Amino acid sequence: MLKMKSNLSHLFLPLSVMALLIIINLIKGADYFTISLVNGALYGNIPNILFGASELVILSIGMTLVTAASQGQDISIGVSATITSAVFVWFVLHAGEVTLLTIVAGFLLSCVAGLATGAFNGILVSIFKVQPMVASLILFTGGRSIAFMIDGKLSPILANDISNKIGTVIPGVPIQTPIILTVIFIAIVAIVLKTTNLRLYVESVGINRNAARLNGINPKKIIFLTFLIMGVCTAVAGFIAVNKAGRHDSVNLLKLIMMDAILAVAIGGNSLIGGKFSVTGSIIGAYTIEMLNRTLLRLEIEPAMIKVFKAVFIIILMIIASPVVRAYAKKTLDGIGNRSFSLSPLRVSGAESAVEKED
Amino acid sequence: MMSEIILEMKAISKSFPGVKALDKVDFRLRKGEIHALMGENGAGKSTLIKVITGVYEKDSGQIDLDGRSIHFRSPQEAQKSGIGTVYQEITLCPNLTVAENMFTGRSRSPFVQWKKMNEKAARLLDSLGIPAVPTQELTSCSLAVQQMIAIARAVDMDCKILILDEPTSSLDDDEVKKLFELMAQLKERGVGIIFITHFLEQVYEICDRITVLRNGKLIGEYETSSLPQIELISKMMGKELDDVTKIKKQDSTASDKSVPVFESSNLSSDAGVRPFDFTIKKGEVNGFAGLLGSGRSESARAIFAADKVTGGEVKMNGKAIKIKTPLDAMKNGIGYLPEDRKGDGIIADLSVRDNIILALQVLKGFFKPFSPLQAETFANEFIKKLNIKTPTPDTPIKSLSGGNQQKVILARWLLTHPEYLILDEPTRGIDIGTKVEIQKLVLELAEKGMSLTFISSEIEEMLRTCSRMIIMKDREIVGELSGSDLSESDVMNVIARGGN
Repeated sequence: MLKMKSNLSHLFLPLSVMALLIIINLIKGADYFTISLVNGALYGNIPNILFGASELVILSIGMTLVTAASQGQDISIGVSATITSAVFVWFVLHAGEVTLLTIVAGFLLSCVAGLATGAFNGILVSIFKVQPMVASLILFTGGRSIAFMIDGKLSPILANDISNKIGTVIPGVPIQTPIILTVIFIAIVAIVLKTTNLRLYVESVGINRNAARLNGINPKKIIFLTFLIMGVCTAVAGFIAVNKAGRHDSVNLLKLIMMDAILAVAIGGNSLIGGKFSVTGSIIGAYTIEMLNRTLLRLEIEPAMIKVFKAVFIIILMIIASPVVRAYAKKTLDGIGNRSFSLSPLRVSGAESAVEKED
Repeated sequence: MMSEIILEMKAISKSFPGVKALDKVDFRLRKGEIHALMGENGAGKSTLIKVITGVYEKDSGQIDLDGRSIHFRSPQEAQKSGIGTVYQEITLCPNLTVAENMFTGRSRSPFVQWKKMNEKAARLLDSLGIPAVPTQELTSCSLAVQQMIAIARAVDMDCKILILDEPTSSLDDDEVKKLFELMAQLKERGVGIIFITHFLEQVYEICDRITVLRNGKLIGEYETSSLPQIELISKMMGKELDDVTKIKKQDSTASDKSVPVFESSNLSSDAGVRPFDFTIKKGEVNGFAGLLGSGRSESARAIFAADKVTGGEVKMNGKAIKIKTPLDAMKNGIGYLPEDRKGDGIIADLSVRDNIILALQVLKGFFKPFSPLQAETFANEFIKKLNIKTPTPDTPIKSLSGGNQQKVILARWLLTHPEYLILDEPTRGIDIGTKVEIQKLVLELAEKGMSLTFISSEIEEMLRTCSRMIIMKDREIVGELSGSDLSESDVMNVIARGGN
């Protein structure tokens, strides 16, 4: 009961932003939630948001873990996804006939590439103690050239049926494939968090590295592990992105997506200097960002001006979420809470006598 | 002259959601006196200080400074009116020079007149007898001198009241003496000093008056000379103090025949402790005694591999083992409660529950988390057993008082059922009630067969709990004392002579 409450208060910000955006959209047109069936698949504003945010959601999850453990951010995620997807495309185009097997093999190979980029950043951060942003700046700067080389200095096209199905829909399935893949990914993350001590270890390391070490946790290993997980996230995101696009554009694929991923982590109520984290918050944050992008489009704001509006919106958001405003809100809410308590004096006095007995 | 009242607080009340932190508390400070503010954790001392310095706003009551009613809205305002505060943790910038630390943020001009500033600093340091040079970097000063510089910073600018919150907890005896000389000097100048400390001896050494708070209420104001120590303690705790005197340690000859639970030979670490031999038997309580910096903590850390072990052999129950990391030590049944609770002990943002299960959970393994129910059961068991005062097991540990935080860390290690538990300063900075509880617990655990090493800067406390004391000086073991009739002076003698 108590836990539910604290979780909900954590998600207050992203959920209220989402609600606000929905209201804006409904004012613009009551057809916001309309879903139509095209070729047996669901389309509409909401499915589009879920579809469009797939990569961002997956990357935000990785970013959440990296941030929590290493107290910094990985800015090379878009580049890493470009490299992993280049590996995927390279394999698929060189493996002869495209079957489900080659796609899966290509995907697994791209995951290995993701582990490699993650390990590269992870070693710099955990062993050489380079700040995460600086460490990932290296890959951010040079990575797209690596992808370009893997591509054979071209922009290879993925013209096969399976890729098309992964990037759009599988006939007979009403939900677009990237949405399904994202849900599967979230489910796997949820299972990992449930069946391992990942959360306890990552939070301990992020909050107090020394204390974690003195309790038998190896902080270097844990930080390294979060970067490996980030690497896998980039592989999955790259896989979805390249299948959506149908070609590998090493210059523009998932360009600057780390900014949105960091923002998603922040909107999700996570501290950017590490410690306790909420994956749920980041996921909602990621969907909120996509919703915001599409809302601005829907409001028919000039494309050139969209970034300005987005910036203004984010400034307002950050002020609302700032500790100053939060403390003020808490004070006000507590005042209301106290008053409502005094309305039920019976319960309060009962609780007090229980405490006395315990003493 | 002595009776001129400089600060008068009347019926101060302050509530936080769910707690009445101060309940109509009166407090008076006279010119040129050193006034101890005493009470257990949670008594309201720091709340009272924060009301004086404008960190908190009082709910009701009246504060007069020099006969004029005042109402500070920020610490800056209080400072401008002549109230200086020095906190337990030194809040200066270690990489700046002494003079910069004394004057930064003080001038209205955007430019710094280095020469003038250094001259002014030199004059002030000289007048207070602080052995520091204005242009030296702060880190090159000892902790005591840093503390004094913090005081110099506070008393500059026409200071009328100086508040010292636990200024001595990280100082050794010599340094405390120097600090007291400085305080006596300020007293001569007519500064009213409010002194908060957990060291009773220090109160009796230097304070003129004592005000005791308990549970947010004023218990009374006393002349130090007319209040015996035992009475002060009972006023702080609110009960008669037979508990403290009743603690009786075991007979040191009890367990001589058995194989040592733990032994080390030539153990050394990169923290600079000389290679040392050490043994502890089943059910024994021993301790490393020595002055600050003698190597007593470093020795404990070497045993647990908290610092990098650079050499030596260790045996557990007669069998040679390797301890390279804290996890190795834990797997071999060793627990370690670190000296620095905030920096090495608590995981501040995590719940009491997570902090309790942490060590056992790590021992169990990454892929085997406890079920929420199991974790809750463990937490509740120890919250009850050690009488940890927390609203729920879900409360972040950082919102608990120091003593309760320490109990949580203790619970964390007890939950792992160690054969050998090292407690480094388990009672530092916590109230007397909890102190006594922890001391009793140590003896109880030993009786049940656990071996414990108890390290404390209060020798008297070690005398009460340890049956054997290993005396350290300059990062080396210089002697050993055992027996039931040890006294503080025996220990001092060994330290002074450098061997027995």
